Amino acid sequence: MAKRTPLYARHLALKAKLVDFGGWDMPLHYGSQLQEHHQVRNAAGLFDVSHMTIVDFPGPAPTRTLLRYLLANDVARLDPGKALYTCMLNDAGGVIDDLIVYDRGEFGYRLVLNAATRDKDLAWIAPLAERFNATWRERGDLAMLAVQGPEALAKLEAVLDAETLHAVRASRRFHAVEGKDLFIARTGYTGEDGVEIMPAAENAPALWDGLLAAGVAPCGLGARDTLRLEAGMSLYGSDMDETTTPLVSGLGWTVAWQPPERDFIGRAALEQQRAGGISQTLIGLVLEERGVLRSHQTVYDGDREIGMTTSGAFSPSLDRGIALARVAAGIGGCCQVDVRGKCLPAQVVKPPFISRPL
Amino acid sequence: MSSTIPSELRYTETHEWVRSQEDGIVTVGITDYAQHLLGDLVFVELPEAGRVVTAAEGCAVIESVKAASDVYSPVDGVIVEVNELLADNPELINQDPYEEGWILRIKTSADMEGLLDAAAYELIAIDEDEDEEGSLTNSKLAG
Repeated sequence: MAKRTPLYARHLALKAKLVDFGGWDMPLHYGSQLQEHHQVRNAAGLFDVSHMTIVDFPGPAPTRTLLRYLLANDVARLDPGKALYTCMLNDAGGVIDDLIVYDRGEFGYRLVLNAATRDKDLAWIAPLAERFNATWRERGDLAMLAVQGPEALAKLEAVLDAETLHAVRASRRFHAVEGKDLFIARTGYTGEDGVEIMPAAENAPALWDGLLAAGVAPCGLGARDTLRLEAGMSLYGSDMDETTTPLVSGLGWTVAWQPPERDFIGRAALEQQRAGGISQTLIGLVLEERGVLRSHQTVYDGDREIGMTTSGAFSPSLDRGIALARVAAGIGGCCQVDVRGKCLPAQVVKPPFISRPL
Repeated sequence: MSSTIPSELRYTETHEWVRSQEDGIVTVGITDYAQHLLGDLVFVELPEAGRVVTAAEGCAVIESVKAASDVYSPVDGVIVEVNELLADNPELINQDPYEEGWILRIKTSADMEGLLDAAAYELIAIDEDEDEEGSLTNSKLAG
């Protein structure tokens, strides 16, 4: 049977359209995916993302040594309270998963990984942790709620004590606050301001109810996908996977090359790829006429096939089809996408597709 | 799932509805059940008026947030009119699938008796509802 989050009964009560996502019964939408998308861009939306995998490494050392080897970005760049986006690579430089790592100071580090990759992630991490004598624990006892949108921080007043609320509002993007029985990070997957809250599972329903009562709209994974795509954020398994490196996935910026003496898994392969010249790149495409782009559509530069879309959708904010595509390096200006047998003109853009105030 | 299935219309197994008018012209759209399953519609690709179609031939494409789906002609005939409003307002199909959200009109000499009546269509919709959530068997809705 599919796994259920602590908020499953809430989704049923709200008549959510449920779908299987990485072995979990998750809400796709609660009636209208488009309305939920606009709600997050214009006000505030609430997502149950408790399916995501949370792994804690208590204590800064020797975890720090392990994470500096395990992750392509460098946790040495972190200070307590700060978060870092990174890929976890295999020896060939392929992406096993993308994740956010939080530096929790005396509490150690927290990793938030994808749900669908949980088993292989943990199977990859476990022997390495043992080698480095680092202890770790999966936090299945926690839930995760994302509150996203320009009004998200204002809405938190309904559910946080004054001290925690103040700390969250004083925090900067990509920083986290240790609240009373809560971990609150100023992160998300929508391109909007907002937070991701990790409470104990048993406290999640009350938190959910409080946020809904404050006027935050429940939003499903459907809207989450169009929001992240507009924001130019990668989706694991679509835009990158174990057969692609960060360098051909628009994620070169997440690889910490400095200091050169830091060895991390995949480094040698990435250096070799970089030295040989990067032949592919991830670009953004915007359809010039009305329509929808999807993943796995062929991209042409005139008669020449140059690549494939990796994610595609109708952008509710732009009212246009948009996509990420992996194509031959050096493409700019305009290209064509094969949409159900028709070649439609598309503009090449650098993601994100929309710009938001920081 | 509760959806409306007007008794005066005819239906196909691929979730189109058909309304007969005088002069052998029929209006075609997709059912409330279908629009519900597809989710928010964001784009409709309409054919040119004058195109000759045969029954079960794809004659329009509707795209939801989820997937692209063909609309199949319920009958042999000639397309005489398409709902131009859908180009800018595909959501009309979600809001009012049987009236404002009509898709095209076909001139035909076909007999409506070959199509499903409301009771027969309801059985199909119920059948598919009983399938596992999200795994729709009908090719149109599987996308």
